[in-house]
Amino acid sequence: METATTRGKGVYFGLAWFLLTALALGIGFSKAMTAPTEATMGNLYRIFFYHLPHAILSFVFPYLNCAACFAYLYWRNRNPPRAMIADAFALAAGEITVLYSTIGLATGMLWARAAWGIWWTWDARLTTYLLLWLLYVSYMLVRGFAGGGAALPGGGQPGLISAVLGVFAAIDVPICFMSIRWWRTQHPAPVFGGGDGSGIDASMVPAVLWNMVAWGMWGLFLLGWRYALERRRQQQAAAKALAFLSSDLRTQPAQAPAMTEVG
Amino acid sequence: MIYVRHVLAHLRKDLRLEWRNRDGINGMLFFALLIVVVFSLAFDPTAYPTTARQISGGLLWVGVLFASITALNGSWARELRNGVLDAHRLSPAPASALFVGKALANFFFVSVVELVLAPVFAIFYNLHPVGNTALLLLILPLGTWALVCNGTFFAALSLRTRNRELLLPLILCPIAMPALLASIQATTNVLTGDFNPDLWMRVLFAYDVLFTTASVLLFEVVLHAD
Repeated sequence: METATTRGKGVYFGLAWFLLTALALGIGFSKAMTAPTEATMGNLYRIFFYHLPHAILSFVFPYLNCAACFAYLYWRNRNPPRAMIADAFALAAGEITVLYSTIGLATGMLWARAAWGIWWTWDARLTTYLLLWLLYVSYMLVRGFAGGGAALPGGGQPGLISAVLGVFAAIDVPICFMSIRWWRTQHPAPVFGGGDGSGIDASMVPAVLWNMVAWGMWGLFLLGWRYALERRRQQQAAAKALAFLSSDLRTQPAQAPAMTEVG
Repeated sequence: MIYVRHVLAHLRKDLRLEWRNRDGINGMLFFALLIVVVFSLAFDPTAYPTTARQISGGLLWVGVLFASITALNGSWARELRNGVLDAHRLSPAPASALFVGKALANFFFVSVVELVLAPVFAIFYNLHPVGNTALLLLILPLGTWALVCNGTFFAALSLRTRNRELLLPLILCPIAMPALLASIQATTNVLTGDFNPDLWMRVLFAYDVLFTTASVLLFEVVLHAD
């Protein structure tokens, strides 16, 4: 039995947000391409306008994931429908974290290879970033191993296990950051707030800010879309399970919902 | 004190079970020995003493990590037979006592392996530590507890997943990286005497406190999951 797929109000909001985001991305692109050429790297440096927003934003989404994981753990027994909302949000935020940190890593590696001749180095910042990526890839793996898309409604295993892991991962991120920073420092000194000689030229600031805003809006758009997809999948799985419960031999649906391993 | 009694009861149970069937420890010890040999293929330990001192700290902890993963997977397996896990869930004893007891048992087993592994390393690689070896008595337990505490918790988490033996290292390694880094740096200092391990020992201690607290608080949730 299919749930009726009516179009909710969210779709119109999503469409409007998408148009605004596209506009911001366009402005960001034009600012990035028209900013003055950098002294030492020439036009090569423009990848920075894409690398920086993705790198910074990929530290924001893990904390959205962490908040959603806490919410899930809190509501799991008190208010299961709300817990499912939190779970969908946590999944979406985790996926976007992996996406943004992958792009940050890739753009960083391309930039490093072209500008400094090396693909990678194990300095403080890069190692922390790689660890962030590893932590959230392991989060996605746990969701996959713990039952995949056939989770039964009302919590079930994937939500709980990944919620706990999400909390641990979020605790780990600042520890990684501090300990690895103490271990090595080779990354070009922080561009912003790194003391004398840091900060970028004022003429490049608009490009950075526009791109930051634009990619943030894009990230939120993807988050909302992924969240909506997950909610729809949850509702379909719930409807399927309920249909199975209320059926008898004559009306039994062709396929039973997947049962998870006992153990 | 009742809590402590529960913890001791769980600890005794695990130690007794392991004593009756010493598969876990024997496997770990042999595995650790094999690691020493395999790593020696990667470089010539006795010909380059300085290099050996610089990397042996890392090799030791990689060995401990792999050995403890093999033990951790097995430590919860014994709770799955005969509905023991359901009995734990039904009992009024605090769930975290089960976790602490089991983590302490695992800590004991991995420490036994380390007590064998570290001297074996020193012998086979001709290591002459330059720094203060007494510090190892503090570094090894702190680092081991970090691995074992998180490992026991994640092994319990992965009980309900499809491919549980595979999943444990995949989630343990990223989360335990700061602890591994600190342990390796501290141990390397003891070997090379290059720098002060104080910072790393403090990081290890803070990590242990943080993650032990998180594990103890969240274990009840994990145990009572449907």
